[in-house]
Amino acid sequence: MEQTALATAPDEIEEKTRIGVYVCHCGLNIAQTVDCQMVAESAARFDHVIVSKDIGYACSEPGQQQITDDILEHSLDRVVIASCSPRLHEPTFRHMIKEAGLNPYLLEMANLREQCSWVHMNEPEAATAKAVDLVKMAVSRVRQLRPLYEEVLPLTKRSLVIGGGIAGIQTALDLADNGFDVVLVEKKPSIGGTMAQLDKTFPTMDCSI
Amino acid sequence: MTDGGRHPRITLLTMSEVVEVKGYVGNFQVKILKKARYVDEKECTACGECTKVCPVVWPDEFDLGLSSRRAIFSPFPQAVPSAYVININECLGHNPVVCAKCVEACDKGCINFHLSDEEIVEEVGSIIVATGLEVYDPTELDEYGYTRFENVLTSLEFERLINAGGPTKGELIRPTDRKRPRSIGFIQCVGSRSARKGGNYCSNVCCMNTVKSTLMLKEHYPDMEIKVFYIDIRAFGKGFEDLYRRSRRLGVQYLRGLPGAVEETPERTLTVAVENTVTGRLQILDLDMLVLAIGIKPASSTQKLQEMLGLQLSPDGFFLEAHPKLLPVDAATRGLFYAGCAEGPKDIKESVTQASAAAARAIRLMHEGKITSEPITSMVVPEHCKSCGKCAEVCPYNVITVDVKKKIPAVVNTAACAGCGTCAAECPFGAITMNHFTDTQILQQVEALLEEDPREKILAFACNWCSYAGADYAGVSRLQYPPNVRLIRTMCSGRVDERFIWHGFLKGAPVVLVSGCHIGDCHYIDANHWTEKRVKKVHKKMSKLGIRPERLQLEWISAAEGLRFSEVMKRMETLRQGVTQDEISETIEILKNQKK
Ligand SMILES: Cc1cc2nc3c(=O)[nH]c(=O)nc-3n(C[C@H](O)[C@H](O)[C@H](O)COP(=O)(O)OP(=O)(O)OC[C@H]3O[C@@H](n4cnc5c(N)ncnc54)[C@H](O)[C@@H]3O)c2cc1C
Ligand code: SF4
Ligand code: SF4
Ligand code: SF4
Repeated sequence: MEQTALATAPDEIEEKTRIGVYVCHCGLNIAQTVDCQMVAESAARFDHVIVSKDIGYACSEPGQQQITDDILEHSLDRVVIASCSPRLHEPTFRHMIKEAGLNPYLLEMANLREQCSWVHMNEPEAATAKAVDLVKMAVSRVRQLRPLYEEVLPLTKRSLVIGGGIAGIQTALDLADNGFDVVLVEKKPSIGGTMAQLDKTFPTMDCSI
Repeated sequence: MTDGGRHPRITLLTMSEVVEVKGYVGNFQVKILKKARYVDEKECTACGECTKVCPVVWPDEFDLGLSSRRAIFSPFPQAVPSAYVININECLGHNPVVCAKCVEACDKGCINFHLSDEEIVEEVGSIIVATGLEVYDPTELDEYGYTRFENVLTSLEFERLINAGGPTKGELIRPTDRKRPRSIGFIQCVGSRSARKGGNYCSNVCCMNTVKSTLMLKEHYPDMEIKVFYIDIRAFGKGFEDLYRRSRRLGVQYLRGLPGAVEETPERTLTVAVENTVTGRLQILDLDMLVLAIGIKPASSTQKLQEMLGLQLSPDGFFLEAHPKLLPVDAATRGLFYAGCAEGPKDIKESVTQASAAAARAIRLMHEGKITSEPITSMVVPEHCKSCGKCAEVCPYNVITVDVKKKIPAVVNTAACAGCGTCAAECPFGAITMNHFTDTQILQQVEALLEEDPREKILAFACNWCSYAGADYAGVSRLQYPPNVRLIRTMCSGRVDERFIWHGFLKGAPVVLVSGCHIGDCHYIDANHWTEKRVKKVHKKMSKLGIRPERLQLEWISAAEGLRFSEVMKRMETLRQGVTQDEISETIEILKNQKK
């Protein structure tokens, strides 16, 4: 496979790269199974990691404040948050580092809750070892991340509503009353949907149409 | 309803269906097929002269066949638009020699058989899916005798019978003798909460709908004997418990237990055998009429739209929201929202609440008239591009242009690139950089996880929308699985480059898993077809090289399949245990030699 040779060499990492790692307890959600302090201590030994801490709730006001303060105090330029799923809080933490002056894409999350503590509840040692690995992977990824910039694109201020039952009608009216044009598509000859077939409806027991 | 038809900002297209959606958040192009109505929608005053002369008689679907209508008809009295409509398949007159009586009857000349179906293209910034529900068809559950006994009705048919605007003007009658029933029974959970037939979920509205029906009956006919057969009554909403109590106070009998069988007597009454689970006694009851409280199913067009729009479905077949608590009306795809029963069974109040929420979410997206695009897109490095055209071939969105003949390097339209990364994985010359998921970024993760004790680890790639979400769902459900797996997230399984797999094996991975959305569910139209092809290709090469192909697995796991995720992990672990250190070392040697 001559292909295996391609692109395996890491991009040059600037020597001055400064990474902060935060291992979140999520109350007891993570800390009950994973030894967060131990994970943070291990992460402190990875290359380019300047600060590594465990933290009660990374997403809370004080949690975010602490990370923001560290970014400024230690001139961190990349951040790893080891907490819940990025599908939940990636936007939160991107916003946070942006506020602290970093490019929001210089963030990586390690999923220690949904994909570690919650699924290995009876194996605290193995879960902790996995957590260390997940943080290590996140650190090696964050080192390689590049700042990215969002593009501003034009947008059509109109909506398509598919289905003209009570839900579609209400959506269309709310949009229209707020000044947006709406195309309401209904497959039957009349709008109204199921509700049009009902006489009285609970809980008010009045007429539906 | 009438407001919806009159609002100057609402273009109402009835008899219409969306047939194609192109583009991306903020800039969708939608193709709509509008069927011909054959009656001028604006001119028709709904005088009804045409119907009087139409000779064709058909069952009225709005009344579920309990009444009849003509081939030219008004859908129902309060219809919006109010214009009449011709069912052209039933009509005799599109050949005017045969009939065309209605054309003569209409003074205003609204009827025109030359109208034809239209294709309309609309540009929109956001899409709200509100396709609603369909009711469960109890034909398959024949122990209740729905197909055999005329006096067994569904709750929706019952609704039409007691509706003042319905076929009997609201007089409740028995279909067999057109007399008022003296006794009536309601059977709950028909097609709901059953592992056998229908859905296994609760349909949410049928308990309260039955309570409502009993109250209406008691109001009109205080002496009627009413029985309700149920598993448990779900009266959880505001004001619901009050209605339930009122119903009991008025003498409606609630009997816990679902009938086992229903038979008809010569007098056309119904014999119901039911085990009362409170007393443990078998009861045989004689009733004049039975109403089946049928459940709610997703609309029949759900799957078609799901594929067209790249959406996901929950296990029960309704549309899947981006997050069950925090993003209840957003789809995972930006710019798409849900309202009403399309997302799950619910009552009117909840449907309306969700509808307003969906509107607010859409406004939040659109109000500035511009949109910031995610920079997670691909980029061609022109110096490395050999203009082979592979990337343009695989891009599900057709947003790459490359001139193969003139050897002009490929260019990505980044505004329209959805960021699946398939092109980067397929480019034979490594000429495409996938932002935020570059080769280096991913390979460094692979190396990190295989740095220590690689034999103990399972290297798994998971796509953001389905399998990674499925892993999260396993977590939320606290499903326990072996702790050896290390997941690497990509946006799409299409991003998983052959090189990532080879590199994993080279670094000592015993097994590798590639996982993504099920075929047909791909968030990026059909990018996962390329994943499938690629894995097949790697399997072949592995065989050729003398590496066991089983060590590379491909699994489709949806966002709702937490259980499946945990089971796949268990299987991967068994597979891993079967790989010896010798086998791993041999693989490394083979791959090293290949490299030279
Ligand atoms: C028997 C029964 C009794 C009920 N009683 C009550 C009650 O008393 N109180 C209460 O609060 N709720 C009641 N409900 C629930 C209530 O009917 C629903 O909450 C409500 O109708 C949901 O509205 P919707 O707009 O989501 O769906 P629907 O009313 O089903 O409307 C969906 C619309 O979309 C259209 N459509 C579908 N697919 C497409 C497509 N591909 N393209 C274009 N158009 C499409 C359909 O034709 C339909 O007009 C009852 C339900 C049933 C079945
Ligand atoms: S609402 Fe009542 S009748 Fe309907 S499925 Fe749920 S429990 Fe059964
Ligand atoms: S696949 Fe690669 S080399 Fe081929 S045209 Fe696309 S970018 Fe160029
Ligand atoms: S990343 Fe996907 S959507 Fe974007 S250009 Fe490549 S193949 Fe097309």
